[in-house]
Amino acid sequence: MSALLTNAILFTLSVFTLAMVLTLIRLFKGPSAQDRVLALDYLYILAMLMMLVLGIRYASDTYFEAALLIALFGFVGSFALAKFLLRGEVIE
Amino acid sequence: MNSLQVLPFWVEVLTAVLLVLSSLFGLIGALGLLRMKDFFQRMHPPALASTLGAWCVALASIVYFSALKEGPVLHAWLIPILLAITVPVTTLLLARTGLFRKRMAGDDVPPEVSDGRQQGH
Amino acid sequence: MKRLFPAPLLSLSLWGLWLLLNLSLSPGNLLLGALLGFFAPYIFAPLRPSPARIRKPGAALRLFLLVGRDVVVSNLAVAWGVLRAGRRPPRSAFVKVPLDLHDAHGLAALAMICTVVPGTVWSELALDRSVLLMHVFDLDDEAAFIEHFKSTYERPLMEIFQ
Repeated sequence: MSALLTNAILFTLSVFTLAMVLTLIRLFKGPSAQDRVLALDYLYILAMLMMLVLGIRYASDTYFEAALLIALFGFVGSFALAKFLLRGEVIE
Repeated sequence: MNSLQVLPFWVEVLTAVLLVLSSLFGLIGALGLLRMKDFFQRMHPPALASTLGAWCVALASIVYFSALKEGPVLHAWLIPILLAITVPVTTLLLARTGLFRKRMAGDDVPPEVSDGRQQGH
Repeated sequence: MKRLFPAPLLSLSLWGLWLLLNLSLSPGNLLLGALLGFFAPYIFAPLRPSPARIRKPGAALRLFLLVGRDVVVSNLAVAWGVLRAGRRPPRSAFVKVPLDLHDAHGLAALAMICTVVPGTVWSELALDRSVLLMHVFDLDDEAAFIEHFKSTYERPLMEIFQ
């Protein structure tokens, strides 16, 4: 892995971390509950993308499975929260 | 499979460019989420990262692992497909939740679209 | 044959998905995937209100490519709108679109396409499925937008599903 790719991966991970910090600000600030659910869902997506980048960095297949898991859990979690806000219960 | 293996230069350049591009899309999405003034406007920027951001990372992963193992390694495109199926469902439900809660609070959003309920407005 | 495979496309895609997830073409995996594809339509039959019949696979493929191109273009438009938000805030608005497509599967596909393309989010559907409420990120001309939306997405879906 050349210096170009190593530095590019380092840059990518730092920019994703910065994006996560900005999303965290929205999570704390969001005037309504649905803003916070949106921020949480976006954090899950950013975490999944970081997993894939780490998979390239360590050249391993395990990170791909972890990324799939994060995507699934993020979807289920955000869906449950949104359903709860809409109806007051998750499974009717 | 060894990360010390030397890969052709164009593979590394392509992977590096795609990764940097995807991180920039993620950052623009987060900026939009933070800066927009209305909940419904805030729903659109995160879709940037989950479409083009995920496409770029998946493409980088395909290019890199295919060069590493010297054969096509295509499993990374499952991620954009999974995201394309699950993210619209969450976004749609959040949009309906936002509309519902804003209508209950009496905010400035369009009234319900169904004919049976639009009586006496 | 139709009684054995009530949803052939679903069975086929599940088989391919299983092989892709396990990254192997060994006979054991081929058999497991085939079993999964065979039994899944029966297991999920109680959930499905009506069978989905896709009439024109060619039109579906063309729509798929069109959506892919629109995703890229709209992503760049939304990114540009976010970066420009300081000088010119994006004019977001709710748009009411009268619908001609009434098939349930077509409407589901339309909802997914409309939401996966950044810049439009499907918000609410009338109970008699005649009107749709959508939120658009940057709206210039409402009538032109409705016309563009109906001709680009609704017409191919009506060809495919009705």
